[in-house]
Amino acid sequence: MLSLLTRPFAWIGALVLGVLREIGAVVIFAANGTAHAFRPPFFLGELARQMVRIGYNSLPVVGLTALFTGAVLALQIYLGGSRFNAGAVVPQIVAIGITRELGPVLAGLMVAGRVSAAIAAEIATMRVTEQIDALVTLSTNPFKYLIAPRLVAATLTMPILVAAADSIGIMGGYLVGTERLDFNAATYIRNTVEFLTQGDVASGLWKAAVFGFIIALMGCYHGYHSGRGAQGVGRATTQAVVSASVLILAANYILTELFFSA
Amino acid sequence: MTHPMIEMKGVAKSFGSKHVLRGVDLSVERGQSLVIIGGSGTGKSVTLKCVLGLIEPDAGEIWVDGARVDGKPRGDALLSRFGMLFQGGALFDSLTVWENVAFRLRQDRSKSNAECRDIAIEKLRRVGLKENVADLFPAELSGGMQKRVGLARAIAADPEIIFFDEPTTGLDPIMAGVINELIREVVVEMGATAMTITHDMSSVRAIADRVAMLHEGAIQWEGQANFLDVSGNPYVDQFIRGSAEGPIEAVR
Repeated sequence: MLSLLTRPFAWIGALVLGVLREIGAVVIFAANGTAHAFRPPFFLGELARQMVRIGYNSLPVVGLTALFTGAVLALQIYLGGSRFNAGAVVPQIVAIGITRELGPVLAGLMVAGRVSAAIAAEIATMRVTEQIDALVTLSTNPFKYLIAPRLVAATLTMPILVAAADSIGIMGGYLVGTERLDFNAATYIRNTVEFLTQGDVASGLWKAAVFGFIIALMGCYHGYHSGRGAQGVGRATTQAVVSASVLILAANYILTELFFSA
Repeated sequence: MTHPMIEMKGVAKSFGSKHVLRGVDLSVERGQSLVIIGGSGTGKSVTLKCVLGLIEPDAGEIWVDGARVDGKPRGDALLSRFGMLFQGGALFDSLTVWENVAFRLRQDRSKSNAECRDIAIEKLRRVGLKENVADLFPAELSGGMQKRVGLARAIAADPEIIFFDEPTTGLDPIMAGVINELIREVVVEMGATAMTITHDMSSVRAIADRVAMLHEGAIQWEGQANFLDVSGNPYVDQFIRGSAEGPIEAVR
């Protein structure tokens, strides 16, 4: 009888301990990977390859996402704003919405789907096929050769991707504004440029860097600790995408509080 | 006073409640080729990985060339004395064949790329591959060729100690014979100390100076390869006959 009463508490306790253990493991993993990014030898070829894979190759996905987001934002703001005669604020709201929130967050989520899955699958396969063991026997630290270049590449390229996403998103709004909603092109651009502040854009780019780090970290962490066989690789991939996405949304809230509450 | 090249004393390792190694005692003399036989899941791979530090044993001591190595990360100086051929080859699939073979040489950064490539091609020749495979990717090679490339990578930095993890698994009998012969040649030619794990008896007969039989996490028999058939040990007898009857349970 007593055990029936205490069992839920034991279960909750085990859950909490499990979560804490996982958080600890991720933090140690991240610290280890970051430390190796700053200590020679550096694998610059590997870094360049990852920057192309993570950054450049994500450009089409991120660009299309931004284009349609900007377009739909312009439509909705116009329709919503018209209810209280504020339809004219489309350029300003599109600009601020894209640069502060939607650019970094949607780019982050799209890249999380694309890149953290790819990283997790690749590293998990290397784990399963003993390639990571082979690295160690060839006197090469896997953190230096595999983890650090990916963390650095994602952290550096995400802000560039988001800068592109910002421009394309605002262009999406501009196209809808001028073609569909009869805004004057020159006025639309002037309203956008005069309204935006450096802080709007910079906050989004800082967020992007953090999201990039999260994306690579989750891909590497889950891939590195993957279970055996095809099932292990599959699970690592799923966990990488889900955890990266949730962490991006959580980090976005925290960063927004930090940037704009002061 | 000479000491063995590799010595394991009472090495034990458990994964959770599974006791894989329960006190392994083994020693390999310099220049000798030891083959460890045993069924799947008896801890053969774990034994090799404990020596290399890929898995840290729970108990026991590991000595390499008279120095104790367990309990701390194996340094570059120690690892550079080892070469390892992995079961599936474990070639890096994002790198070309020659980049795989020259991987360790290129980490040193003392040689130019062209020099590394020349050495890689020479090692590829040594294992019977032509220069034209150098620029292919591992995925473009057959299983036997991947094994050869793995062998070339293992010997690329002229190691003193070479480990072979199931070198013939997944190969047809002819290719297995070729790989066995290559291993024997390379080991003899380089004067290297070799430790091989396998369950392929043709490998044992081709490669081994000494044989150790691992079962239930401990060495059940050890002796010269030519005494294998007259060991009088029930485990060894059952294993070389491939019989379901005997002390080794068929269902594990």
